Amino acid sequence: MEVTLENLTKKFGNVVGVENLSLDIRESEFVAFLGPSGCGKTTTLLMIAGIYKPTAGAIRFDDRVVNQVPPQDRNVGMVFQSYALYPHMTVFDNLAYPLKLKKVPKREQVERVQRTADAMGIGQLLDRRPGQLSGGQQQRVALGRALVKEPDILLFDEPLSNLDARLRLSTRGEIKQLQKRLGITAIYVTHDQVEAMTMADRIAVINLGHLQAYDTPEDLYDRPKTLFIAGFVGNPPMNFLNVEVRREEGAFKARNHAFALTIPPERGEKAASQSGEVVLGIRPEDISVAPEGELEGEVAVVEPLGRDDLIDVRVGESVLFVLADPHLRIRAGDKVRLHVDTGRVQFFDQKTEQSLLWS
Amino acid sequence: MLPAGILVLLFFLIPVVIVIYLSMTNLASANFTSNLSKMEFIGLENYRILLNDQFAKRIFFNSIFYVLFTLSMFNVGLALVVSLLTTHIPRGAGFFFRAIWILPRVTASTLYILIWKRMIAEAPFGIINQFNGLLGLPTYNYAADRPWEFVILVNGFIGVSFGMIIFTSAIESIPKDLLNASLVDGSSLLQRIRYVILPLLRWPLLFVVTYQTLSLLTSFEQILLLTNGGPGLYRTEVWSLAAYHRALSNYFGNAQWGYGSAFAVVLVLIGVVLAVIYMRVFRFSELVAEPKVEVL
Ligand SMILES: Nc1ncnc2c1ncn2[C@@H]1O[C@H](COP(=O)(O)OP(=O)(O)OP(=O)(O)O)[C@@H](O)[C@H]1O
Ligand SMILES: [Mg+2]
Repeated sequence: MEVTLENLTKKFGNVVGVENLSLDIRESEFVAFLGPSGCGKTTTLLMIAGIYKPTAGAIRFDDRVVNQVPPQDRNVGMVFQSYALYPHMTVFDNLAYPLKLKKVPKREQVERVQRTADAMGIGQLLDRRPGQLSGGQQQRVALGRALVKEPDILLFDEPLSNLDARLRLSTRGEIKQLQKRLGITAIYVTHDQVEAMTMADRIAVINLGHLQAYDTPEDLYDRPKTLFIAGFVGNPPMNFLNVEVRREEGAFKARNHAFALTIPPERGEKAASQSGEVVLGIRPEDISVAPEGELEGEVAVVEPLGRDDLIDVRVGESVLFVLADPHLRIRAGDKVRLHVDTGRVQFFDQKTEQSLLWS
Repeated sequence: MLPAGILVLLFFLIPVVIVIYLSMTNLASANFTSNLSKMEFIGLENYRILLNDQFAKRIFFNSIFYVLFTLSMFNVGLALVVSLLTTHIPRGAGFFFRAIWILPRVTASTLYILIWKRMIAEAPFGIINQFNGLLGLPTYNYAADRPWEFVILVNGFIGVSFGMIIFTSAIESIPKDLLNASLVDGSSLLQRIRYVILPLLRWPLLFVVTYQTLSLLTSFEQILLLTNGGPGLYRTEVWSLAAYHRALSNYFGNAQWGYGSAFAVVLVLIGVVLAVIYMRVFRFSELVAEPKVEVL
């Protein structure tokens, strides 16, 4: 099933839940809605599920506008953040509930519930109540209940946020595999970037009720179209520096009063087309500590992250985040030289905040 | 535990013991004495009289009829309907309609009954009869012809508010996600009420049924004011009203405190037995079952 949102708006009195959201989700695609708390992710899902009626705009399933279709006629499965299992029903009855409402014959109900429960690894828990399950087990029941009716669209509202880190990692993979195998169009709401990046075919970044970007994870990370996206995606975040880019003796140079970097021509040329200062962006992992580096600075803070040390280096008036090998044993106060992988720098217009490289 | 125990002792057990003792005496205004040692202990004599009282049976069945109908139609039934309706409309409107249903409860009984008496009075004074007249319908003497209907209506209108408040707060405390999930799972609003909301109201239902049965069993002031147990002999007399009449307001000016206490003791017994039965029927122990959680 294809889902299209057209200028979708939802207001609660004066409060804006979602404003003018337009995007299309292809058949069998896995799309993540990524955004901070309160940006309207849940509101959008509930409109797709039919719980909320849009204030304006349209929702299409394939070619059919479904704005006025009640939830029970939409064949949507949804996993809630709180799982929302029926506390008075056993696991079996929770799973059978959507089938019972669809008037599936009793024998088929039993078969389908058992099959789904086995696939979810909860086949032996069918006579338990939700209150007698662990969080992980409840999560599986919720997923099973969404899947058992063989929905056209699967909606996930931060389904993993109540699980511990390890379980989250493994469940992430399972959900992704399951979705690919069943080929069900899926929308996955999260405010965890890593979840969105690892699971989704495309990510819709939403902020303040507006769509900021809608791209594949690779494009968001390597080819950010706006300053906001460049700063939002990636952890630790991208470094930004004000520079002027000029062509000097056949090479492109990005300069400010503290340093000068040589930029490869395919990027430098586009950046140099702008007169005056532009914003240069570079990710912490694309900067390395190297004796022959082009930049010189003093280490202000060292944060050990385990695999890497995150060091804050003061270069001129700016501070750069850099990921360094812990074996270098860098300490606060050390003077270091930094090498920048200039093949990976980004450039943005200072005023419009649009990328000068990808637009 | 201890403070609760003291309260039960002071305000329930001790009065019950006193009433039980009184019910085994012949204390009455006819033989009243300020010397308590002269009060005669007569054992179960009052209960023997009660069993042979020619009106006791009628009063007993009156009470059952009254409690059953008022409870099922109003204190639980209408309360549930009002709660469900007012929680499915915009909040402000819901609040408004519930506020209206609280009015009978907070109106002074005498005023409330006066209003009803004015409503059902005979033509040409009664308001309902005036409407009957306007519509060309025959007029009635409701107090004489339809006493039970109005006894139940009058008490029922008061009784709705309690259950309504309990049920409404229970419905509003059901997590939003749960209600949304059931719609996404494919239920209509009615199916959601049937399969999700009502089962989750089991505990408040038990509470309201139990509490309201007992309070209806013991309530009599509206009946006292409206019909005083009439018309005729004991047409709408209920057990608690009979206890009052016997003990404190005998028609013949002889307050039979001992005999009235026997009526009251029977009421206490019925109440305790009913409370225990309700606990069983609603499987109270299951509501507090041990969890069986282990890690996945
Ligand atoms: N029923 C409602 N009535 C009034 N305002 C609401 C309602 N539901 C959501 N809102 C408002 O709409 C905005 C978006 O809410 P929404 O729940 O969609 O955010 P979210 O992106 O899901 O956030 P989170 O990540 O915290 O779950 C918020 O400002 C919220 O306060
Ligand atoms: Mg949300």
